[in-house]
Amino acid sequence: MIKFDRVGKRYPNGKDALRQISFELPAGQLTFLTGHSGAGKSTLLKLIMMIERPTQGQVFVEGQNLTGVGSRHIPFLRRKIGMVHQNHQLLFDRSVFDNVALPLVIAGFARADIGKRVRAALDKVGLLDKEKLNPIMLSGGEQQRIGIARAVVNKPPLLLADEPTGNLDPALSAEIMDLFHDFARVGVAVLIATHDLSLIARYRHRLLTLREGRLIHDGEEGVSQRDQDLALYARPREDRRGP
Amino acid sequence: MARNSRQRRPAGARSARTSVGDRLTAWRQHHRDSLRDALGRMARAPTAALMTVLVIAIALALPAGLAVLMDNARAITKGWDGQAHLSVFLKLDTAEDRQRALAREWDGFDTVARTEVITRGQALEEFKTLSGFGDVLEALPDNPLPPLIVVYPKDVAPGQVEALQRRLDNLPEVDNAQLDVAWVRRLHAIIELGDRMISVLTLGLALAVVLVVVNTVRLAIESRREEIVVIKIVGGTDGFVRRPFLYSGFCVGFAGGVLALILISLALWWLGGPIDELLRLYESEHSLTGMDPSTVLVLPLFSGTLGLLGAWLAVSRHLGDIEPQF
Repeated sequence: MIKFDRVGKRYPNGKDALRQISFELPAGQLTFLTGHSGAGKSTLLKLIMMIERPTQGQVFVEGQNLTGVGSRHIPFLRRKIGMVHQNHQLLFDRSVFDNVALPLVIAGFARADIGKRVRAALDKVGLLDKEKLNPIMLSGGEQQRIGIARAVVNKPPLLLADEPTGNLDPALSAEIMDLFHDFARVGVAVLIATHDLSLIARYRHRLLTLREGRLIHDGEEGVSQRDQDLALYARPREDRRGP
Repeated sequence: MARNSRQRRPAGARSARTSVGDRLTAWRQHHRDSLRDALGRMARAPTAALMTVLVIAIALALPAGLAVLMDNARAITKGWDGQAHLSVFLKLDTAEDRQRALAREWDGFDTVARTEVITRGQALEEFKTLSGFGDVLEALPDNPLPPLIVVYPKDVAPGQVEALQRRLDNLPEVDNAQLDVAWVRRLHAIIELGDRMISVLTLGLALAVVLVVVNTVRLAIESRREEIVVIKIVGGTDGFVRRPFLYSGFCVGFAGGVLALILISLALWWLGGPIDELLRLYESEHSLTGMDPSTVLVLPLFSGTLGLLGAWLAVSRHLGDIEPQF
């Protein structure tokens, strides 16, 4: 679904945000992406979303090499990617329904179809009865679930989540993770960028760990290896604050 | 999308697809929605919208109103050129027979349409009746008025009339051949100059309208930054993002054009009485005419186009700055 082939990103100021990154995310797999602030998580997500372009190597989404994708086609690429944000990125000038419907309106779905799909997505995240409300009236957990409904409403093959449980308590985080598991089960490739060590420890999923722009760990190897990596990552405690 | 649909994806979620027909319908729908959204935003912030519209209306009403006045001036003075004639004053001692002979002779010129003889006696009578100074003239020993032949040229083009004037002026019997249309010419020159000035004014104020809209739309873009970011994240094209702003630019411009028409009509109504009075004093049958129908139609569209242009400039300049961040 996603393939990074020796990808490097150097910003104009000379800073290497990513170096020689190679990995592949198959369909139906849930993967954690971690690393302290400035390790390159955001840059990696930006490369997938084509907000930035790599300065070295190649990124593939659904087998398509992004190097050849012109800026006019970026919106069409993004329609294949559902994006969930830590701060939800909801629009408070419209209803829950209209927030979730936005990707479908943009993609040009028929009216009747939009209604069906939006209600299916809201049903999935358990907010069917809130469709007419303004998202500002809902709790943080509910807002996050609206964000997820919006990300999956057009059934993208790829779901990216940037600190999806950042502001949520463990019970709500578990609910959100259950949703992600459900999507992975039906074949969506899910990539979750997170600082949340307890979350990573609780689920045994593939883990990609970035440090200073390099991929220092990739896999579900023995717990000892994971703990070692986590300890490595956890050492600079002052860096653990969110972005 | 079509290209990728050919490649088999491993088992997994099938991303939702849309037919061409659906997309066309949705595209039209988005145009409707964008228009409604633009009007809705104006209605929700009426004061701000009215200010912008008013600025545009004033900027357009000024040159358009002046153009209407110029049209009237042109219409009033149009007939005057047709009456262009030369007043050829003969030497005082020219006999009446000689005067008539000359008139007949000039009648034969290619460039002369007709002539009219005004003898010294007739001139005196006319002067008495028109001026009311008859008593004064009677006190004089002699009739001081010269014999006059009024010459109507065939061709009133500037060069032709002057040539005829020079030719007649050089004849021995002629004291002075006076071109009576000189002041009309000057007036026409002034009207011409006025037209040019209106053009310059229109250009400058049209630019001002565009800049007003650029600024308004720039602020609108700034206030809808979050929405733009979200639209870009979920795959909205630049066209999709641009559309509502283009519509609001057009709406503001169009409304400004309509309001300009209203302002001009009010001004014409206000000026109509005094101007008609003035024209009556000049014995003109002309009365103030309003805007012609084409202006009524064109002004709002022109103004709307300026708004569209301003919005387009603002959007293409500022939209690129807004990119999703993590």
